[in-house]
Amino acid sequence: MLKFILRRILETIPVLLCVAAMTFFMCRLAPGGPFDEDKQVTAEVRELLNKQFNLDQPLHKQFIQYITHLPTLQSFKYPNRTVGEIISQKFPVSAKLGFFAMCIALGLGVLFGVIASLRPNTYIDYIPSSLAMIGICLPTFVMGPLLMLVFSLQLGWFPATGWGGFSGDQFFASDMVLPSVTLGFFYAAYISRLTRGGMLDILTQDYIRTAKAKGASGLRVILKHSLRGGLLPVISFMGPAVAGLIAGSFVIETIFAIPGLGQDFVKSAFNRDYTLVLGVVMFYATLIILLNLIVDILQVTLNPKLKFD
Amino acid sequence: MINRILTGGALVLLAGVLAGCGPGNKPVDQGTPNKVLNITVGTEPEDIDPHVVTGVPEHHIIVALTEGLVAEDPVDLHPVPGTAETWEVSEDGTVYTFHLRGNAKWTNGDPVTADDFVQSFKRILTPALASKYSYMLFVMKGAEDYSLGKLKDFSQVGARAIDERTLEITLNSPTPYFLSLLNHYTWFPVHIATVEKHGGMVKRGSGWTKPENFVSNGAFKLKSWKLGRKIVVEKNPDYWDAATTKLDEIHFYPIELETTQENAFRGGQLHNIYNLHIDKIATYKKEHPDELRIKPHLASYFYRFNTTRKPCDDVRVRKALAMSLDRGSITKNVTKGEQMPALFFTPPGVAGYTARARIEENVEKARQLLAEAGYPDGKGFPSLELLYNTTEGHRIIAEAIQQMWKKNLNINITLQNQEWKVYLDRQREMDYQISRAGWTGDYPDPNTFLDMWTSWSQQNQTGWARDDYDGLIRKAAATQDVEARLELFQQAEEILMDELPVLPIYIYTRVYALNPAVKNWHANVLDHHPWKHLDLEVKADE
Repeated sequence: MLKFILRRILETIPVLLCVAAMTFFMCRLAPGGPFDEDKQVTAEVRELLNKQFNLDQPLHKQFIQYITHLPTLQSFKYPNRTVGEIISQKFPVSAKLGFFAMCIALGLGVLFGVIASLRPNTYIDYIPSSLAMIGICLPTFVMGPLLMLVFSLQLGWFPATGWGGFSGDQFFASDMVLPSVTLGFFYAAYISRLTRGGMLDILTQDYIRTAKAKGASGLRVILKHSLRGGLLPVISFMGPAVAGLIAGSFVIETIFAIPGLGQDFVKSAFNRDYTLVLGVVMFYATLIILLNLIVDILQVTLNPKLKFD
Repeated sequence: MINRILTGGALVLLAGVLAGCGPGNKPVDQGTPNKVLNITVGTEPEDIDPHVVTGVPEHHIIVALTEGLVAEDPVDLHPVPGTAETWEVSEDGTVYTFHLRGNAKWTNGDPVTADDFVQSFKRILTPALASKYSYMLFVMKGAEDYSLGKLKDFSQVGARAIDERTLEITLNSPTPYFLSLLNHYTWFPVHIATVEKHGGMVKRGSGWTKPENFVSNGAFKLKSWKLGRKIVVEKNPDYWDAATTKLDEIHFYPIELETTQENAFRGGQLHNIYNLHIDKIATYKKEHPDELRIKPHLASYFYRFNTTRKPCDDVRVRKALAMSLDRGSITKNVTKGEQMPALFFTPPGVAGYTARARIEENVEKARQLLAEAGYPDGKGFPSLELLYNTTEGHRIIAEAIQQMWKKNLNINITLQNQEWKVYLDRQREMDYQISRAGWTGDYPDPNTFLDMWTSWSQQNQTGWARDDYDGLIRKAAATQDVEARLELFQQAEEILMDELPVLPIYIYTRVYALNPAVKNWHANVLDHHPWKHLDLEVKADE
């Protein structure tokens, strides 16, 4: 297993380099630059700015400087912050939002999926399955404002925007509920469908009949015998899903005014903030590779048919 | 059995989530009696270094923290004493002598001196800092040459500390709007020792603007800055005019999305909506007229013509396009924010100036001009593309104009939207035929709207240049007599509206909402609201 992990880590190095090079050069090929603004600066000032931010250097030199000094580089848009500072301040917010959403997604998704699979094609199946369908069909930018309208503006239960309460650094605050639910509900829908499918597969297997025949209780059959196999499709979905939950919450973060990294992921590209774009992309690339590795390890552990090579 | 357990579990879970979260304490309800203003000014500020930033959100925060030589009257923004207690102007209007007050202090206790201002002016003009807004100081003698590196010796520049509390500024020519210009943050002082300590005078983003390092001289001081969450400023008790300051704290939230601003406002989290979404204007007019504000703004919405490319190189085509619009219908049915249809370029009533030039909206004449240009009834009209940056608001206006030109002139134009930076790049490179644009005045004077069409202006971007126009703007800059100066602007704008390198569409309004508890908030064309005068008042019946 150690050998497997080491090999995978070694494999990531060329992948990351490729990602870095592509991001860097694609950014530079895009028209417009970090200093283009409504009020255009003179050619002289533009030249001075290019010099101050080392944009007058040859591209390959800049690239080498970027990948060797990435976390300490200054953001173009927010010059009093470094790339590392921005990521370290904003990622924990996105990660926490992603974590809460994942808890909701897994809790509701697996629960509804299992319930649906127990009595397939009856109303016990139809109700959770149609709920799941709604969850998949309703995009987060509809779901978010809808929840906000009902639960904060009509009922006044939760704040409409913000993260971490009035002070902004409470560990848990009521303003975290709506965004987590919005994001979680979307993934819960997928997970419940995957769970239902996986469980239906398993529940018709011979060994389940054996388990039932030897007198194991219904709950035991589900938790001990079926879930382990039934959740395999969910596990393989989790790798990209967790990455998506953490990185792809741009919409949620914008709608609920949450200071997470998902916003920078998108906005830094619009701002031509060359350093921050590269920083955020590299950060997420590393994260996704890491999560995929974890999922692979989990799968081998859960599925005895798989081996580490 | 299992089903029941599981369903029950789900219900318990749901109930738990709901019960755990009662109604929160609303920041507005708490803030109003405690004199804490919760406000959004749109986006996250890039920085709060007055010599580096260029944006409007930055302006709102910087003016709370820092004070220049003069300040603004809260009602009409006329210059009132700030750090300078009094000042004198020389007879020819080119030398200003400011007397700084003895009790003006930095937040670390240091006195604010004349040399602080001189060093600050030097900093923003230093070429190595590459300040994007340094041109705001170019009215000062030698400033432009110094910023271009042509002049190496700063003592040749017209800023001199006569003694610790006397500052003399020499201008190139009498500049009637000079005192208003001083309220632009580029003229604000920075605490030199702090800047020096954190990376030096010409390093941008050196970290001196972080809350733990920041030293300022305004009515408020920086308490905290949490990236993407909020900036908190608190009352500065050592400020010379602290008795005037009513608020204890201002919390600036970066909320970009208009609908989110509105939800936060409705949900009691904000005292304002910075921009009210166009779809909400009618609702607010009907249901919350006490909160809705629609005020004229010192800004023009217009299209640029590329006068170096067919067909807009022909002034008859430009005129035909300008005359065949129904601007009133655009502001009434499309933008809906009580904007003023613009038949000239400079917003009216700026420093006593309202242009007498007018574009005539006359479809018959427009058709005739188009025929004279060689396109009778639009026949043979070359392809024409309208470039705009991707925003819903710009799209609907462009579509309305597209239809008007189709109906009135029988010409087809195509619309092309581009992402912001691409759009700016194409405009700068003159790679367009017609391009959407907007311009917000930097200071309340017609000069800020008219000098951008001179041949040397970076903002021109139309390829249009006229010697007589350049001459009038140059002459106005050297004219001290107010009436004569405005007359020169009148003549310049007549040329501009006759040649039409630009197509004025409307004069902006600011459409926003404000909690009625906010007092001393006066609408003005620059949308400046000096924070120290603002107050929060609990309604008597509550």
